[in-house]
Amino acid sequence: MALAALGGNAVLLLELGALLLLLGLLARLADRASLSPIPLYLIVGLILGQLGGDPIAFSGDVIEIGAEIGLVLLLFMLGLEFTADELSDSMRRSLRPGLIDIGLNLTPGVAVGLLLGWDPVAALLLGGVTYISSSGVVSKVLTDLGRLGNRETPAVLSLLVFEDLAMIAFLPLVTVLIAGTGIVDGLGLIALALAAGAGALFVAVRHGESLSRALDTRSDEVFLLTTLGVILLVAGAAEGLRLSAAVGAFLAGLALSRQVAVQARDLLGPLRDLFAAAFFIFFALQIDAASLPPVALAVVGLGALTAATKLLTGSLAARAIGAGAHGQMRAGSVLVARGEFSIVLAGLGVGAGIEPQLGAVAAGYVLFTALLAPLLTRWADPVASRLFAANRSTTVGPPDRG
Amino acid sequence: MPDVDETRLPGVGIRHDFLTEEGKRVGVISHFSGRRSLLLYDTDDPDSCRETIELGEEDLRTLADLLGASHVTEHLANLRQSLKGMAIDWLPVEANSPYAGRPLGETEMRTRTGVSIVALIRGGETIPSPAPDETIEADDTAVVVGTADGIGKALALLRGE
Repeated sequence: MALAALGGNAVLLLELGALLLLLGLLARLADRASLSPIPLYLIVGLILGQLGGDPIAFSGDVIEIGAEIGLVLLLFMLGLEFTADELSDSMRRSLRPGLIDIGLNLTPGVAVGLLLGWDPVAALLLGGVTYISSSGVVSKVLTDLGRLGNRETPAVLSLLVFEDLAMIAFLPLVTVLIAGTGIVDGLGLIALALAAGAGALFVAVRHGESLSRALDTRSDEVFLLTTLGVILLVAGAAEGLRLSAAVGAFLAGLALSRQVAVQARDLLGPLRDLFAAAFFIFFALQIDAASLPPVALAVVGLGALTAATKLLTGSLAARAIGAGAHGQMRAGSVLVARGEFSIVLAGLGVGAGIEPQLGAVAAGYVLFTALLAPLLTRWADPVASRLFAANRSTTVGPPDRG
Repeated sequence: MPDVDETRLPGVGIRHDFLTEEGKRVGVISHFSGRRSLLLYDTDDPDSCRETIELGEEDLRTLADLLGASHVTEHLANLRQSLKGMAIDWLPVEANSPYAGRPLGETEMRTRTGVSIVALIRGGETIPSPAPDETIEADDTAVVVGTADGIGKALALLRGE
C-alpha cells in the first residue's frame, strides 16, 4: 500500500482521524434523529471487521487499549450516576417493580440462550443483556422530550437505579462464573466481590464526603488527572484480584458523592464518549458477520418479546405511583432501549470466549431495540390516546387537594 | 400557600410542584448541576409537561426578581397584620431632615428607638437591609419595623424633633 511509505505514525494518525471523523458524522446523524449512536458504531465495527485488518492496520492496538479504558469509564460513570443514598432509598421503595423488572426481562434472555444450546453462563449473560435498559438513552430521551417533570418519570428513574443496584451483585457473579474456577475458589471470589461492594457502599455512605473533598479542586486539570488516575488504579487492582476492571470501576463510581459526581460527569463525560466509541468498535470487530444471519430470527423474536416485557414493567411501575394510561405507556416505551451496558455484559463473555454466538446476538439485539425503542417512544402518546379514548375515566388525575 | 409536592428524581435532582388557584400545575426541577427547569403541566394529561423551560443562572435571577417583587410587597402587607405588637411603616425623609446626606449609622435609630430600618426606597429602587454606612438622602423612604411607639419616636428622630 502506498500509505505505508508515509511511515507508521503518519498512517496511525490518518487511520484514527478518518475513523473518528466517520464516527462523528454518524453521531451527528443519530443526534438529528434523536437516536442512540451506538448501533451505528457497531455497524462500523462490523464492516471494518469484514474488510480484514487493512483499514486499521496501525491503529488496531490503540483501539484495543482505548476499548479497555472505555469499558472502565462506562462503568465508572454508571456507578457515578446515582448516590448511595439513592440506591438504598430505591432498594426500599422500588423493590417490587425492581424485582418484576428482573423477573420479566432477565428470564427471556436466559431462556433463549439455553434454547440456542449455549453454556448456562453465556445464557445468564444474555439475560443481563435483555435485562438492563440503557440509562444513557433513557436519560437523553427524557431530557430531549421534556419529560423530566412528568409524573411517571420518578418510576422510570427508580427502575434505572434498581438496575444499577442489581449490577453490584450481577457483575461480580458473572465474572466469577466466567473465570470458571472451582467451587471453593469461586465462593472466595464472590465473597471478595461482595465485600468490595459492601466496602464501596460503606465508604460512600460514611466517608463519601471526605473522600470527595480530597478529590475536590478548583482546577479542572488537577481534577481530571487525579480522578482518572484513581479510577484506573482501582480498576487495575480489581482486575489483578480477578474481580474484573469493570467491577472495580463501577464500585469506584459508587463511592463518590454527588458534588464530585457532577464535576466528574462534566469532565470525564467527553472522555467516556471517546473511549466508549473505541469500545463499541472493538466489540463489533470481534464479531464474524457470517454468524449474524443464523441468529437473526432468534434476535428479532427476543427483541420483540423483551420489548413487550419492558413495556409491561415500566407501565406497572408507573401505575404504582399513580400515573395515568398515557404516563404508563410512556414509562414502558422509554425503557425498551438497551444499549451500552448490554454490550458491556456481552463483552465480558466475548472477551473470555465462552460462546461464539453471544457477540452476534447481543449486537443484533442492541441494533434491533435501538431502532424499535424510539418508534415506540414516539408512538406512546398517540397509541395510549387511541387505546384509552373510549375510557378516559381510567386516567388517574393528580391527587385532589382541597 | 398551596401544598408544594416534593419528589426526588434520582440522578437528576429534586422536583417541586403545586396546583395554582386556576387549577393548573406548575413545577420546578432543581438539577444537581445547579440548573433549574420550569415545568408547565398539561391540563388534558396532568401527568405530562406541556412545556419545559430551561433556566440558566441569569434567567433564574431575572425571573425571581420579576416574581419576587410582588411577592415581597404582599408579604410585607401580611406582616403588618400577622405580628402582634409589631408594626411596619414607611417613613419619609424630608429635605430638612438633619440626617439627609448622612450615613444611616449616625441616626443610631435602633439604640435610641428600638426600631430597625429594613430597607430604603430611593426613586423606584429598593435598597434592602441597608448597611450602617449607606447614606440617607432627602426624599428617601425608610421602611422600618418596630413597636408603634418606637415608630413614632423614629419619625420624630428623622425630622430632627
